[in-house]
Amino acid sequence: MLKIEALNLKKENKLIINNVSFEVFDGEIFGILGTNGAGKSSLAYALMGSAGYQPDSGKIIFDGIDITKKIIDERARLGITLAWQEPARFEGISILDYILLGSKQKVHALAEKYLEQMRLTPSEYRNRLVDKTLSGGERKKVELAAILGMKPKLAILDEPDSGIDMLSQAAVIHLIREIKNYGGSVLLITHDEEVVRIADRAALMCSGLAFKIGSPSEIIDYYKKHCKPCPTKEYPSEENGK
Amino acid sequence: MNDITRDYQMMLEAYQKAEGNPAVFSDSKIAHLVIHKNKVVGKHLLPGLEVLSQETPEGVNISLRVLPKVKIEYPVHLCFGVLPQEGVQLINIEAEIEEESKITLLAHCIFPNAVKVQHLMQAKILVKKSSSYSYNEIHFHGESGGVEVVPKAKIILEEGAHLATNFQLTKGRVGTLDIDYEVEASKNSVVEMLAKAYGYGNDKIQIKEKCFLRGEGSRGIIKSRVAVKEEAESEVQSEILAYGPYARGHVDCIEIMQDKGKARAVPIVGVFHETAKVTHEAAIGSVDKVQLETLMSRGLRQNEAIDLIIKGMLQ
Repeated sequence: MLKIEALNLKKENKLIINNVSFEVFDGEIFGILGTNGAGKSSLAYALMGSAGYQPDSGKIIFDGIDITKKIIDERARLGITLAWQEPARFEGISILDYILLGSKQKVHALAEKYLEQMRLTPSEYRNRLVDKTLSGGERKKVELAAILGMKPKLAILDEPDSGIDMLSQAAVIHLIREIKNYGGSVLLITHDEEVVRIADRAALMCSGLAFKIGSPSEIIDYYKKHCKPCPTKEYPSEENGK
Repeated sequence: MNDITRDYQMMLEAYQKAEGNPAVFSDSKIAHLVIHKNKVVGKHLLPGLEVLSQETPEGVNISLRVLPKVKIEYPVHLCFGVLPQEGVQLINIEAEIEEESKITLLAHCIFPNAVKVQHLMQAKILVKKSSSYSYNEIHFHGESGGVEVVPKAKIILEEGAHLATNFQLTKGRVGTLDIDYEVEASKNSVVEMLAKAYGYGNDKIQIKEKCFLRGEGSRGIIKSRVAVKEEAESEVQSEILAYGPYARGHVDCIEIMQDKGKARAVPIVGVFHETAKVTHEAAIGSVDKVQLETLMSRGLRQNEAIDLIIKGMLQ
C-alpha cells in the first residue's frame, strides 16, 4: 500500500528525515516509535504532503502511484489522511459537519455514531462547534471521529493518545481496530511503547532515522534499553551522516 | 394597488430573495416596520412598544420606546431598503428602553440593485436600568458594489443593562462600509459587540467600535471577523477603555486576506483603575496553514477549504 524509498528531508540545514525506507502493507498497523523530536511528526507531514515538508530526495509510493509531488488534497482523495497531533480549531463549523468532511455519506446520524465510538456523548456535542470552546482532549477525540467518518485507506495517526485521558485510551485502540476491520492501514506514530503494542510491525525512529523494523515487542525492548533517555537529540548534519 | 402597497410588496419580495422569511411580516405576534427609501410602507406594533415615525426628504426619523417592565418576546423586524439603482436613505433612530424591559431588533437592510445608494443611520440609544437591548443588522446587497453603508450609533447603558449588537454584511458586495459605534457602560452593565463583513472587488470596510467601561463591574467584548479578497480593503479599530473598578473587557479581532486584499487591525485597550483589566487578541493575515491543510487532508480542494474557513468565520 505505502512504500517509502530513501526519503530525505532537510530543514534549516538539519536532516530531519534521514534516508527513511519502509513499507506499510494492506490492512496493516505499522507503528513508529520514538522519543520527542525524533522526526516522527515531520515524517507524518511529509507523507501527507504538508507545505514545507516536501522531501529533498526519495519517493513515496501509494497504491502503486508515485505521490511524492502530489499536494495534500490529491493524496487525501487517493485515500490517505492524517489525524493531526494538535488539531486545528474552526469557527462556525459544527462538530457533526466536521466529522463528515471526508465522508461520502453526509448523514449526521453516522457522525453521532462515530462520536459515540470515541466516547463522546452525541447529545452533548451535536450542537457544538469545532472551535476553542472544546478542550484539548475533546478536540482530539473529534479529530479521531473524523478519521472514522472518512474511512481512509491509510490513516496516519500522529500521537493519537496524547492529550486524551486514560479512560479514553480504549477509544483510540477501538479506532485503530475499526480501520483494520474495514481493511484500511494505519501508520501509528507514538512515543508510548504501550500504544505501539497494537501494531503488527513497528519501526524505531531516532534523529530522523527509521531503523530496526520488527515486531512491536522487539522494537519496544530496544527502545527501553537504548532510547530512554535518548543519547542524543542532535540531528545528523550532512557532514557526519548517520 | 397604490404606491405604498406596491413598495411594500416589492420590499417583501426582495427580502424573500435575500433568503428572509416574509411570513414574519404577517404574524400578529411579531412587530415590524418596513421602510422603503423615505416611506414607511408597513408597520405592526405590540402593546408596550411605541414607534413614532416621521418621513424626511431623505429618509425617516424613528422614535422607539419600550415601556417599563415590558419584555417583547419575539424579535422586532425592521426592513430597510432602497430598491432602485440610485437613492439615499437616512434613518435617524432615537430609542429608549425603559427600566427592566427587553427588546431584540432584527434589521434587514436590502439593496439588491444598488449602483449608487447611500444608507446612512444615526442612532441614539438609551438602555435604562436592568433592561436589555439587542440590535442585529443584516445586509443583503447586490453584486455591483454601489452601496455606501454608514451606521453610526451612540449608546448609553444604565446600571445592570445589557447590550448586544450584531452587524453582518456577508452577502453580496459590501461597497463602502463605515461603522462607528460608541458605548458608555455603567455599573454592572454588559456590552457585546460583533461585526462581520466579507469584502471583495474594490470594497472598503471600516469598522470602528468603542466601549467605555465607566461603571464598577461593567464588562465588554468587541469581536470582529472580516475577510477581504481581490482588491478589497479593511480596517478594524476596536477600543475598550476601562475606568470602573473591576471592569473587564476583551477585544477579539480576526481578519483574513487573500489576493491583493489589504487588512489592518488596530486594537486599543486602556485601563484607568487598578482593579480593572482589558485583554485583546488579534490575528490578521492569510488563511491559517494548519486549518487549511487539515481540511485538505480530508480531500477538500484548496479553494473549497478556504471558502469553508471564511464562511465558518463569518457564520
